[in-house]
Amino acid sequence: MSDEPGPRVAIAVFPGSNDDRDAQQALELLGADAVRVWHDTVELPDATGAVVLPGGFSFGDYLRCGAIARFSPIMGAITRFAGDGGLVLGICNGFQILTEAGLLPGVLRPNNSLSFVCRDVTLRIERSDTAFTARCCEERDLTIPVKHGEGCWFAEPDVVAELEARGQLLARFAPGQNPNGAVADVAGVINEDGNVFGLMPHPEHAIDPLLGSVDGGLILGSLVDAAKMSFAPPV
Amino acid sequence: MKATVLVRPKHGILDPQGQAVENSLRHLGFAVGDARVGRLVELEVEADDAAEAHAQVERMCEQLLANPLIESYQIELEADA
Repeated sequence: MSDEPGPRVAIAVFPGSNDDRDAQQALELLGADAVRVWHDTVELPDATGAVVLPGGFSFGDYLRCGAIARFSPIMGAITRFAGDGGLVLGICNGFQILTEAGLLPGVLRPNNSLSFVCRDVTLRIERSDTAFTARCCEERDLTIPVKHGEGCWFAEPDVVAELEARGQLLARFAPGQNPNGAVADVAGVINEDGNVFGLMPHPEHAIDPLLGSVDGGLILGSLVDAAKMSFAPPV
Repeated sequence: MKATVLVRPKHGILDPQGQAVENSLRHLGFAVGDARVGRLVELEVEADDAAEAHAQVERMCEQLLANPLIESYQIELEADA
């Protein structure tokens, strides 16, 4: 068992990404073969089982967060990967990039307070039947930090109602803990096919008890489990 | 051809930046309301005529300069002197 190589998880690194190494370290602790891939690469590494778009300030957050990064060459490969059912997790700036790319619904706007927020929040995971939350029990409350200035998720009310009905509002801030004014307390959204997930809080910063919580490992660990299954080596 | 694109928060979309600016203006003693803060993009566009330039800038707005979920845009063209 221990000789079995971990599933490969590609971490897309854009100019201005800054959580890519934390994501790499967290994924490796959870048994993945995590490789960082520069944004001007046109193909994902061989045998990629999942992709992570990390947090940071890609292209300086110029124009709108994620608006420029979505046109990086690597995004073509990630869009094809997602289209083929590949698992893609966007964290914070990665979530912003996925919404700008149209891979996830809605948009992330400046926090209502206009303040940058950096603190632990309680995150309610609404479903555990997804590739990203299988290690979370139903209605599980996780302690995971947020750190963002533009995390206020917004969509029109009819879109929110549709997403809610389909169970796509996968992660919400616990009542009274919404740090940014997001509609319906949304902290994370999954696509209809269940293979692309965007999340404002940072699971990669909650994987060691020294940092106050290990709950992030439940999300990233679920992804590593699923990546292993999605790229089964030939027998 | 010179193009100017005005990108605005859509009507009905909360604009916290506009609210902060409005509050600050009120503190300065100005009686103002409904402050909205957008963005201005100036471009030099290569095109044979205004219609082509307009079509190009419109595509730029749809693809990159504005997010149609929350922003509206307005294009102004000015022939080179």
